[in-house]
Amino acid sequence: MMTTENGVSLAARGLTRVYRRGIEEIQALDGVTLQIRRGEFVAFMGPSGSGKTTLVNLLGCLDNPSSGELDLAGRSIFGNGKILGERELTRIRREVFGYIFQNFYLIPTLTVRENVALPLAFYHKPGVEGEVERLLGMLGMEHRMDHLPGQISGGEMQRVAIARALVNRPEILLADEPTGNLDTKRSGEIGEVLQELNKSAGLTIVMVTHNPGLAKLGGRLIEMRDGQAYEN
Amino acid sequence: MISRFQIAYKNLLRKKARTLLTLVGIMLSAWVLVSLLGFNRGYESALNRDIDNMGYQLMVMAKGCPYEAATMMLQGGTGLRYIEQSMVDSIVNRPEVDKVTPILMQAFFDPDKGDGGGIAGYFGVEAATFPAMKPFFRFRQGGWFHDEQALEAVMGFEAAELEQREVGDPILVPEKNVQLKVVGILERTGTQDDGTIFVPLKTLQKISAIDKITTIGIKVKKDADTTKLETSLYQLPDVQVVSFTQVKQTIMKLVATARVMVLSIAIIALLIAMVGVVNTILMSVLERLQEIGILKTMGAMPSDIFFLVWTETLILCSCGGVAGIGLAFVFARLSDILVRRVLPYAPGGELVAIDLKLALLTLAVIVVVGLLSGIYPAWKAGRVRPLESIRGE
Repeated sequence: MMTTENGVSLAARGLTRVYRRGIEEIQALDGVTLQIRRGEFVAFMGPSGSGKTTLVNLLGCLDNPSSGELDLAGRSIFGNGKILGERELTRIRREVFGYIFQNFYLIPTLTVRENVALPLAFYHKPGVEGEVERLLGMLGMEHRMDHLPGQISGGEMQRVAIARALVNRPEILLADEPTGNLDTKRSGEIGEVLQELNKSAGLTIVMVTHNPGLAKLGGRLIEMRDGQAYEN
Repeated sequence: MISRFQIAYKNLLRKKARTLLTLVGIMLSAWVLVSLLGFNRGYESALNRDIDNMGYQLMVMAKGCPYEAATMMLQGGTGLRYIEQSMVDSIVNRPEVDKVTPILMQAFFDPDKGDGGGIAGYFGVEAATFPAMKPFFRFRQGGWFHDEQALEAVMGFEAAELEQREVGDPILVPEKNVQLKVVGILERTGTQDDGTIFVPLKTLQKISAIDKITTIGIKVKKDADTTKLETSLYQLPDVQVVSFTQVKQTIMKLVATARVMVLSIAIIALLIAMVGVVNTILMSVLERLQEIGILKTMGAMPSDIFFLVWTETLILCSCGGVAGIGLAFVFARLSDILVRRVLPYAPGGELVAIDLKLALLTLAVIVVVGLLSGIYPAWKAGRVRPLESIRGE
């Protein structure tokens, strides 16, 4: 399991991220320090531009910070000015993380089953045989396995995206606005799925959302304002 | 499970029209390329075969343009000058000479031939010496003339087909109104002889009221010095010696210009097709940047993405190449007819010779050039950073 002895999965210390747009510097993240334990369901909320997606991208090794440190299960990922190349970041990502996004990003010419199996074409963790069917069954999508994405609803597409994110049995699921394109009913269903995955499978979930109802499903709510994290 | 090949294949199906147009471009390039390479090979071997099938290496004829004469000799023509038949005796005993045969070529206008009439070529030959020059002749029916003054004819395969004649049928010599009896019909040789009508030399001389000949065919002894013989033959009065090696070289020089032009066109067609491949694959990559970013979040390495995009190029080029080569095989006969229309001289037999080895060579060229074209789009796709692409930057 990717945790330290005290159960910490992710530990960020003083993470900052500065973007440059021409001569202008934008401080998207301003010295965020936090820890996420294994099995937690953490929701990040905040207004647009508050830095929540930037933080989740850094936690998910999709980007390098401008400064600060990040440990993953006690192993230093970023720190002391260390910049990881795309190849190293990919190695970490495929071992540890699963990602879901607001826009699902399913490949339209592949069936539901093929979309879920897609990560296995590039990386196949040992012992994940049969995961495609198991996950689709668990998410109530077994009757749609041979459908194309264009033949299923938005809620179903996000279920397929969740199954795809989980097919290699990640330690941590990162969800960036997973219900942003769904109506209230479908959002509730996806929220229930995430909650169930967290409770029954002990999956660590880090989620960015604007939806207060969805944020409440997580056991921990972190509010982002002006690039800083505030926890109640 | 889904393989990378299936992913690449299904990606190409997204924009079917674009993929199809690119395939058509590659297919046409492959068609042109393999046909041209087939022509390069086929023309030379057909010309060699035609010249070898003449049965003799040297021709002696009256002074004039030797190349024109040789072409007429090959095609059956008119307007040639004449030499004395006694000249045969002064040639036959030379040490380098194996066999000689006198030939009288005559061409008569046949109003019933083709649309608006045409030239019918008659070769006056000796049954005693001419067959020895053409050991590959096989008779479909009948045989050679019964004597050197008989009113008989031996017809080439195509001449007999065209005239619809069988052994025993009469044929009428146009202009002269002399009736000959068909005593033999040759099997197809794939040479100009197929369209020729052979008549005993003396008979044709009598019909034409000419007691001379147009040509002496000389078969040189094995290992004899042909150049020395050629030089000594020039001592004869008012003759021109034509070596078929020279004729072949001259014709090949004439054809080389056409070959260079067609080769240039083929290379341009290939380049255009490859620009099409780059365009298609690059467009496809740019349209899928977000998806490529997602594949990277799933664990795809830059090299995985590179080879995925390269596989798409490989599929396009292989399918286009195979289809183009298939078309070239199917329409080889049509290419042959078109090439014959534009060439100054086309030998008999297969001009566009495409075989499996040539087809595989062409396919390899198409695939290699295609893969080279695919490097840039594949490299660009491999360098996509997931975060920027997902954000749509």
